[in-house]
Amino acid sequence: MSAPTLEVRNLRTHFFTRAGVVKAVDDVSFTVEAGKVMGLVGESGSGKTVTGFSILGLVDPPGRIAGGQILFKGRDLATLPEAEMRGLRGNRIAMIFQDPMMTLNPVLRIDTQMIETVLAHAKVSREEARQRARDALGQVGIPSPDERLKAYPHQFSGGMRQRVAIAIALLHKPDVIVADEPTTALDVTIQGQILAEAQKLCAQFGTALVWITHDLSVVAGLADDIAVMYAGKVVESGPVTQVLDAPLHPYTLGLIGSVPSRNKRGEPLRQIPGMTPSLLNLPAGCAFRSRCPRAEPGCAEPPPFAEYRPGQHARCIHPHQEAVAA
Amino acid sequence: MSETLTAPSAAATLAEPIIELRGVSKRFSKTLDFAGRIARRLGANLREEVVHAVDGVDLTIRKGEVVGLVGESGCGKSTLGRMVAGIMPASEGTILWRGRDLTSLNAAEAREAKLRTQMIFQDPYASLNPRLKVQEIVGEAPQFHGMAKRGEIESYVDEQLRRAGLDPALKRRYPHQFSGGQRQRIGIARALAVQPEFLVCDEAVAALDVSIQAQILNLFMKLRRELDLTYLFISHDLGVVEHLSDRVVIMYLGRVVEEAPAEEVFRRPNHPYTKALLAEVPRIEARKRAFAGVKGEIPSPLNPPSGCHFHPRCPFAFDRCRIERPALQQVGAGHRSACHLNDAA
Repeated sequence: MSAPTLEVRNLRTHFFTRAGVVKAVDDVSFTVEAGKVMGLVGESGSGKTVTGFSILGLVDPPGRIAGGQILFKGRDLATLPEAEMRGLRGNRIAMIFQDPMMTLNPVLRIDTQMIETVLAHAKVSREEARQRARDALGQVGIPSPDERLKAYPHQFSGGMRQRVAIAIALLHKPDVIVADEPTTALDVTIQGQILAEAQKLCAQFGTALVWITHDLSVVAGLADDIAVMYAGKVVESGPVTQVLDAPLHPYTLGLIGSVPSRNKRGEPLRQIPGMTPSLLNLPAGCAFRSRCPRAEPGCAEPPPFAEYRPGQHARCIHPHQEAVAA
Repeated sequence: MSETLTAPSAAATLAEPIIELRGVSKRFSKTLDFAGRIARRLGANLREEVVHAVDGVDLTIRKGEVVGLVGESGCGKSTLGRMVAGIMPASEGTILWRGRDLTSLNAAEAREAKLRTQMIFQDPYASLNPRLKVQEIVGEAPQFHGMAKRGEIESYVDEQLRRAGLDPALKRRYPHQFSGGQRQRIGIARALAVQPEFLVCDEAVAALDVSIQAQILNLFMKLRRELDLTYLFISHDLGVVEHLSDRVVIMYLGRVVEEAPAEEVFRRPNHPYTKALLAEVPRIEARKRAFAGVKGEIPSPLNPPSGCHFHPRCPFAFDRCRIERPALQQVGAGHRSACHLNDAA
């Protein structure tokens, strides 16, 4: 079997601030195969977005990748010279941001921005580039792409802008797309449209998709595998069905219990007490232990990331191995 | 648990209405600027733009009920909430507070009605004055309205904070020293401090993380039991609304398209828009499903489609839908829907 499209191994991205070292990403590992969707789930401050930025090589000082490997088809992106990274970014690896206005330049027409992206990586004529831009817009379901190419970003609705951002990410049929909360700002019916596009994309081009979100319900329907992050670490990972139906880590269980769902109507939600800790002064050992109902003295030691069931890992010394109704 | 759930909703059908909206509309118009007025005088075809944010809405909320108001952005749900809370006057129609027209009340009664209705906002960062300490934020209104004497205000504030799940020891801090979830609790303590009976929550948990959102939702349910509160819970999140509400009202582009008891809406949705909305909600129970998406965009409320607002996106639309506005009609017990298909069937 050949190397997976993307393999992140023990990634550490730290921010060296005046107040101290913020370990935003601290030992994160996951693998995404071609045509598969990896759901990276976590609450705010869990390090999921910084993980995405690290893959694209977009971490700015005072942050830097302090350790680990990001293997793209076997090449380590973490140590790749910037010039080579530029050749890959937007070409083989693309990113979709939460706010499409972060991708789009408000003072340039859509065609200018898209043609520019095509010409940056492909030696084609301007006319050919325009044709590719047009096709990409059509692919993401934008009606009358010829006219829409001549429009400015502000003339589009939020959902349309996100489609344009996706179309730009698609221009070079990348092998990996990192999508950072791309539907969070959108309405339910528009979110459904974007999720449908994402599914089509993976099936059609075999793109490996890293879908970063705080919403467990979205990854439940979309992802093949899931990694749950807490305070910079992956606390649990595995196939989506296993992780959601039989979570090992108490945090995953708490998170699932927090989501209002059909069969829990009117009942109090099982809540996680307390709040997410500051990343500046994380205590040694398990970062979740102050909120964990199963905490014991042994949790003061850093728990290992161990495989408790085939393909399902957890960073916990007392996982829920018995069947728990989530 | 199901007993506590069904008991108030059964009582709610008999209880007196706390607020009633009859044909309420809200229009916002953008007046022409100076250049525009001159251009019009010179013969340019310029008109003032009018947005029908809320268009002829009837709504009754009974004492002890939790009514969920759902809709996508621009559907007018926040505007409706503000009119219900008395922050914004209606352009048309009447709003009845305990059976009496809000505009006919004398000053003292109007103040009483406003005091009994409090609002909790989406953004806990923007809705708290950053220059006031928590005890001032929570204590100001009850002191002004004479609910607590000067000497007792400290213990009064402590009680409000404790009820909202905050440690009273933190009351000398400023809002920026709190996390999002804690700030939302401050907002709740502030609303409860004037002893309201009706809370309008406008996307009150939308800005919070999942685990914090669960804490606040549990708090809302606890307060409802303890204080016998009535809620209008405005949200775009169907999961949250389903969890909390006795009755659900669905809005699309300024109009109510469907209204029914919560279980009924989720089990037997009638309006094509409600059906589409329910089909698109990502659910944690669903694994590796195919998303389809409702075709089309949400139209601009500046220039809404004719007839039924949903007809350009509706898979079942026929000629009548393009011409005639469908009325809200009874389709089941307490279940009303505005769709011409119900006549055809």
